[in-house]
Amino acid sequence: MTARSVSITFAGSGGAGVMTAGNMLLDAAGRAGWYAYMTRSSGAQIRGGEAAAMMRLSTSPVQSHDDHFDVLVAIDWQNVGRFSAEIPMTSDGLVLGDPDGGDFPEQIGAKGARCADIPFKKMAKEIEGGRPNMIALGAVAGLVGLPEDAVLGVVRDSLAKKGEAARTASEASVRAGMAFAAGLPACPRLAAAEGQSERLWSITGNEAAGLGAVRGGIRFVAAYPITPGTEVLEWLAPNLAKLGGVLVQAEDELASINQIIGASYAGVPSLTATSGPGLALMTESLGLAVASETPITVVNVMRGGPSTGIPVKSEQSDLNIALYGLHGDAPHLVVAPNSLADCAFSTQWAVHLADSLQTAAIVLSDQSLGQSRATIAPPLDPGFRAIRLMPEGEAAERYRRYTNTASGVSPMAVPGMKGYQYTADGLEHNEYGTPSSAAADHSAQLDKRLRKLAVHDYGQHWADIEGDGDIAVLTWGSTTGPVREALERFRASGGRARLVSIRLISPVRPEQLAAALAGVARVLVVEQSHGAQFHRYLRAHYDLPGSVRAFHRPGPLPIRPNEIFRQLADWS
Amino acid sequence: MEATSTCPSYSARDYKSEVKPVWCPGCGDYSVLGSITKALAELSIPPERVALVSGIGCSSRLPAYTNVFGFHGVHGRALPIATGIKVSRPELTVIASGGDGDGFSIGGNHFMHACRRNVDMTYIVMDNEVYGMTKGQASPTTAPDWEKSKLTPQGTGINPFHPLVIALAAGANFIARGFSGDQNGTAQLITEAIRHPGFSFVQLLSPCVTFRPEQRDWKDMVHPAAVDPTDDPARAARRLMTDDGFNVGVLYRGSRKPFQPERQASVDSVADLEKEFVL
Amino acid sequence: MSKPDPQETGIHSVEHLLAHALAMEVEAVERYESLADQMETHNNREVAALFRKLAEIEKLHVDNVNDISEGHTLPHIAPWEYSWEAPESPEAPSVSAEGLHYMMHPYHAISMALEAERRGVDFYDRLVAQSEREDIRKLAAELCETEREHVTLLEAWLSRFQPPPKGWNEDPDPPLLQG
Repeated sequence: MTARSVSITFAGSGGAGVMTAGNMLLDAAGRAGWYAYMTRSSGAQIRGGEAAAMMRLSTSPVQSHDDHFDVLVAIDWQNVGRFSAEIPMTSDGLVLGDPDGGDFPEQIGAKGARCADIPFKKMAKEIEGGRPNMIALGAVAGLVGLPEDAVLGVVRDSLAKKGEAARTASEASVRAGMAFAAGLPACPRLAAAEGQSERLWSITGNEAAGLGAVRGGIRFVAAYPITPGTEVLEWLAPNLAKLGGVLVQAEDELASINQIIGASYAGVPSLTATSGPGLALMTESLGLAVASETPITVVNVMRGGPSTGIPVKSEQSDLNIALYGLHGDAPHLVVAPNSLADCAFSTQWAVHLADSLQTAAIVLSDQSLGQSRATIAPPLDPGFRAIRLMPEGEAAERYRRYTNTASGVSPMAVPGMKGYQYTADGLEHNEYGTPSSAAADHSAQLDKRLRKLAVHDYGQHWADIEGDGDIAVLTWGSTTGPVREALERFRASGGRARLVSIRLISPVRPEQLAAALAGVARVLVVEQSHGAQFHRYLRAHYDLPGSVRAFHRPGPLPIRPNEIFRQLADWS
Repeated sequence: MEATSTCPSYSARDYKSEVKPVWCPGCGDYSVLGSITKALAELSIPPERVALVSGIGCSSRLPAYTNVFGFHGVHGRALPIATGIKVSRPELTVIASGGDGDGFSIGGNHFMHACRRNVDMTYIVMDNEVYGMTKGQASPTTAPDWEKSKLTPQGTGINPFHPLVIALAAGANFIARGFSGDQNGTAQLITEAIRHPGFSFVQLLSPCVTFRPEQRDWKDMVHPAAVDPTDDPARAARRLMTDDGFNVGVLYRGSRKPFQPERQASVDSVADLEKEFVL
Repeated sequence: MSKPDPQETGIHSVEHLLAHALAMEVEAVERYESLADQMETHNNREVAALFRKLAEIEKLHVDNVNDISEGHTLPHIAPWEYSWEAPESPEAPSVSAEGLHYMMHPYHAISMALEAERRGVDFYDRLVAQSEREDIRKLAAELCETEREHVTLLEAWLSRFQPPPKGWNEDPDPPLLQG
């Protein structure tokens, strides 16, 4: 029995090494030419807590989870029951656990899946320095049909620094696991890898966002740690330094946003990354960037809200604050990556747009994109760069920083340019930047700041549009992954439907969306928000054709393809 | 007004803009503007190589009145903006300025951490112990028994914040106090503060003639500090313990290394960074 | 705020004196212009015009010092290194003056100016009396004459105004809220 996609969860308590096993499986799959995707789940403990690595291996690119898991392998059962809701399984599934691994959780038993024992502890004892997690890795590799070479290659590379003994012990553990798997009940084996011409990358969405940032030209970053955005900053810290850029750890988010405003004002493309609570703190100064026309990019990796909410779980519920959190009329950019790999593209595009349009850009990523790891085809550099319109030549008369141009974009001088001194201001101002509360200045500057976003040519990147038919699924961000998969199944079952995944959330593109939805009779809106924030946004800014249904629910559980497929199938 | 002279290449006037201040006549901030422009002229820094950043408040209007690169940001955030400018463009002379409410209340956290971070810049606080722009509320430096505010008609009952003590404890590398009425002496303090490496903090007593008319008497209360500046934080701390709040002059000159990350590229292009992702 | 020894004039050459004279006049011009701007901003046209006029007069003094300075190379002196008796240059009207107020009357403005001019006279008088150098004493006497004329003029102006009644600075409206 072969399959195009197999899903596996490694689970266990602190010290069991399930994340290491998951990472190695992902890398080994990638080396064998398969695509792989991994998310993590853990208890609230910093160390020693229960953890789960949720994997999906596939013969084609995969950046979201399937409906259910084929294999759950628990190195021990301490508190693993707590993850039950995140690990849907059917009666075809296979649960593997150590009979000495503690009480078998009722919730797992209730799934009705087939069960089999692997005596991890006992087997590990029989190998000098043997590790249960490496036995688990070997067992899963054996079950799904991963070549031994690929797995051992990853083990050797990963443990190169740990010495000969550790490496040998791990290799022996993997082999023991693979051997044991031969006697286990069958589970779907992955179909042969389709030959890859290029070597795949292993990357997380947060790393991809960091890469997009530096590709776009970001050379100053201010950082205040917050889950799940921190890894964007942690990837940038050493890599910016290599590029001659600078990262400063700030005292709070109020400082980080203002530091990047300062650096950008000084001429250096600048970015910060945060999550909901941090974005809330930054909103006043986002307005400053808009009013002073200082380009900045903020990557907001969404988590469950409101308040501290669910920091380690994904949700699409910062849409409202990103769109409407700023006081006053403050047009700005909101760009949403719709896959893990797209974190690179969308961030780079946002950086380019922010500098081109001299405004604030918010990149709305989320935990499920940011903290997931996948093997992907290397994303090409699309070439977007942070390039600003700057004044040229000698300043003839008093410099009009905010001159009211047709495009709305005014040449922006930077310190050091003789004769171009001006004061950037969050107070409403005239063309020179001098504070003014005159009605004419206010409306002229409001118009200009709106116009520059409205008239810009965003090309085809404003949305991903796929398929045809009179039914359309309208979505954004990370839910695009399961929507794509649901649509594939819908088409495979004889249906016809199109996907519109909006990348440019703000400014809105009503004409383009109307064209994308031409001939559509039914629109299904899909999002992960309790308050249907995306649906309400669409209703406020767009005319949606035909009848409209909204499928929306909050995190922390990911939206799965079959939920969407059922919506489509039931509506036909 | 040209005379043959050995004057530096700039005069104070070269650092002033055409924008006319809206400060009340008699306000100390006019003199501070004079001191800053005199200091810059004395240092002969080309106006385009100076960045002057402020937050919100009467005194934070200052950048628009100058002819340098200015940034008038939001309330309390002058220091982070200044930090971003200096760290990304170390060749610029960076000054942050503002009032006591902006710097010590809403911006208090940034004040502590700017002292601690020790980026090479100068922070000038025009302290009048009141919020002027919102019509006379008590600020962190207001005496606890000041009863003239509608917001705290019985006084705040809270001890005032001592900016010099905080600056010293938090690690500022240069600490001074001046009086706006002594424009030339203040220009000297600012000149020295700008020259001194690291984070320099200058508290300027700058009277508010509208909400604190009694501060007109400050001119008779300030006096030069009786002792010379020190580079010993312990001695500086002891002096502050007996400070009457009207000692003017340099209190402390430290020698801590300023914060300035290296900006030397070690790779040719972004593509070199991508190798870590390849399986 | 280094104050020179009262027994020392601190002025050691004609060029040094000319540099002081020039700084004093330039500073007076700039201060009057600033005060005129302040009064215009605060809608006190009458006093604004008066300060503007005073600035014009001081500009003539600047021209005068420049004329005398022709052929001399004046030294550069940092603002805080001038040998004034007070922290500020003597002819600049004091920023701490009691009468400095948006509702001030011409009487206050002329009083401020008169005080400043008298300080200018005192500065030169001290040099005439105390300098050990003949050329400095001679030049100081010459410069002092101009200031004395100005004092006489201001005294005449002031005599035309009565001190304003008590309560001249009372404003029935509260301060305006800004943000």
